[in-house]
Amino acid sequence: MLAKRIIPCLDVKNGRNVRGVKFSADIDAGDPVELATRYDAEGADELVFYDITASSDGRNIVMDLVQQVSERVFIPLCVGGGIRTYDDVRAILKGGADKVSINSAAVLDPQIITRSAESFGSQCIVAAIDALRRPDDGSGAPSWEIYINGGRKATGIDALEWVDELVRRGAGELVLNSIDADGTRDGYDIELNRAVAERVDVPLVASGGAGTTEHIYQVLTEGKASAALAASIFHFQVYSIPEVKTYLSARGVTVRHYEP
Amino acid sequence: MIAIADYGMGNLRSVEKAFQYLGQEAFITEDPAAVRGASHLVLPGDAAFGDAMLNLRAAGWDAAIKDHVASGRPFLGICVGLQLMFATSEEMGLHTGLELFSGRCRRFPAKERVPQIGWNQISMQRPCAILHGIDEGSFFYFVHSYYVETDVPEESVAVTDYGISYTSVAARDNAFGVQFHPEKSQKVGLRLLANFAALK
Repeated sequence: MLAKRIIPCLDVKNGRNVRGVKFSADIDAGDPVELATRYDAEGADELVFYDITASSDGRNIVMDLVQQVSERVFIPLCVGGGIRTYDDVRAILKGGADKVSINSAAVLDPQIITRSAESFGSQCIVAAIDALRRPDDGSGAPSWEIYINGGRKATGIDALEWVDELVRRGAGELVLNSIDADGTRDGYDIELNRAVAERVDVPLVASGGAGTTEHIYQVLTEGKASAALAASIFHFQVYSIPEVKTYLSARGVTVRHYEP
Repeated sequence: MIAIADYGMGNLRSVEKAFQYLGQEAFITEDPAAVRGASHLVLPGDAAFGDAMLNLRAAGWDAAIKDHVASGRPFLGICVGLQLMFATSEEMGLHTGLELFSGRCRRFPAKERVPQIGWNQISMQRPCAILHGIDEGSFFYFVHSYYVETDVPEESVAVTDYGISYTSVAARDNAFGVQFHPEKSQKVGLRLLANFAALK
C-alpha cells in the first residue's frame, strides 16, 4: 500500500537553515547538511531544500548543499525558491535534484510549467502555491487567493481555479502552503487541502502550520493530503520523524518505518 | 565496471552516486559502443516512453542493449527503463519497445491519484537474485503514471498494489527491471543495487 509521506523542509539562507514565522522573522535552525543527514537516518520520505533568498547566489549555495547531501542520502531531493525560468529548472535537475518546486514564476508565466513538464516529465515538476484565505463573503463557501513573492504580493487569482490550470499544464504534484497557518504551529488549513484534493487527481503535499502529530494526522485524513511537509517541529526537535510515524501508524495511517 | 546508459533522459547522476557509494565502479556513457567493455548495463529513465524509444534508436542503444542481454551479462532497467524492456506502450499513442519482455505498459486506472508518487511495498512472487536479503513488504520509492502488464507470469517476480496489482520487478535470466527507483529507496534500494552489481 502507498504510504503517506512525511517531508521535512529545509529553508536555506546564506548556507544556514532558518525558519520564519508567517514569512518573516528568521531564526537560525542549524547546518542544513547535518540536518539532512539526521532526517535521512530518521526515515524522512523526501527532503525539500528551499532557497528563501530567491537569489542567484542563494541558488548556488542550495545546489552545493544538494550536491553534498546527494553523495550519501538516497531519498528524493526537491529544490524550490526563486525559480524564474525554464533554464533554472534544467540547471537544478542537472545539478542532482530529483524535483523542482515552482511557485511565483508559474503565475508570472504559466508556460514554465508546460515547457518543463514536456521536457523533463511531470514527475519532477512540482507546483507550489501560497494561498491566503479570503474573508467570508457570506456564501458559506471558503475561498483562497494566490500570493506570490514569498507571500508578499496579492494576485487576485482564485486558488482553486489556479490549481486546475497548474495540473492541466502538467504539474505532477502540488504543494499547498497556507499563509494563514505558516509558522504558527496551530495546524494545517484542512479545508484548503480537502478542497484541492477533491478537485485534482495529482498527489498533494500539505504545508504550513504543523505543530502537533494530531495536526499531521488531520491533514492526511480529513484534509486528504498525500504527504505532510513540516519545518520547525522537526528542526527544533519538538517531534522526531519516528515519533510522528509511530503516532500515525497507531491511528491507522500507512507510513514507512525505517531503521538505518 | 557498470555502464549507465545516457540517452538524454532522466537523473542518471543519482544512479551513478548510489553505485559509487557502494564501492562499485560505474560510469555514465552516451556511446553504446562503450558498453562492450562493461560487465553490467543499467538503463534508467524518467521520460515519456515514445520519446525515450526515439532517443534510444537514434543513438543505436536498442541494438547495444539487445547485444548486451544476449551475451548473458547482467542488465537492469529502472522505472521507464523497465517499461522500455516491454513490447508496447499506450503512452501518448502506441509505441514499440525493446521487446525483451512480452507484455505492455498501461496507464493506471483513474480511481487512484496519478502519477503514483511515494513509497509503496513489494510482494514477492518468486525468488530473484536482485531481491536477495530484502524483506517481503519492503517499501521502495515509486514515481510513475504507467505500469507494466506481463504476458508471462513467471517473469513477474514481485508485484505492488495501486488500485490494481501490477508487476514492480520483472526478471528473466540476466535481464531485470524494476518500476521503482532503487537509487532513491534508502537501504533496501542500495541492497538491490549491490545484489545486481554482485551478479556475474
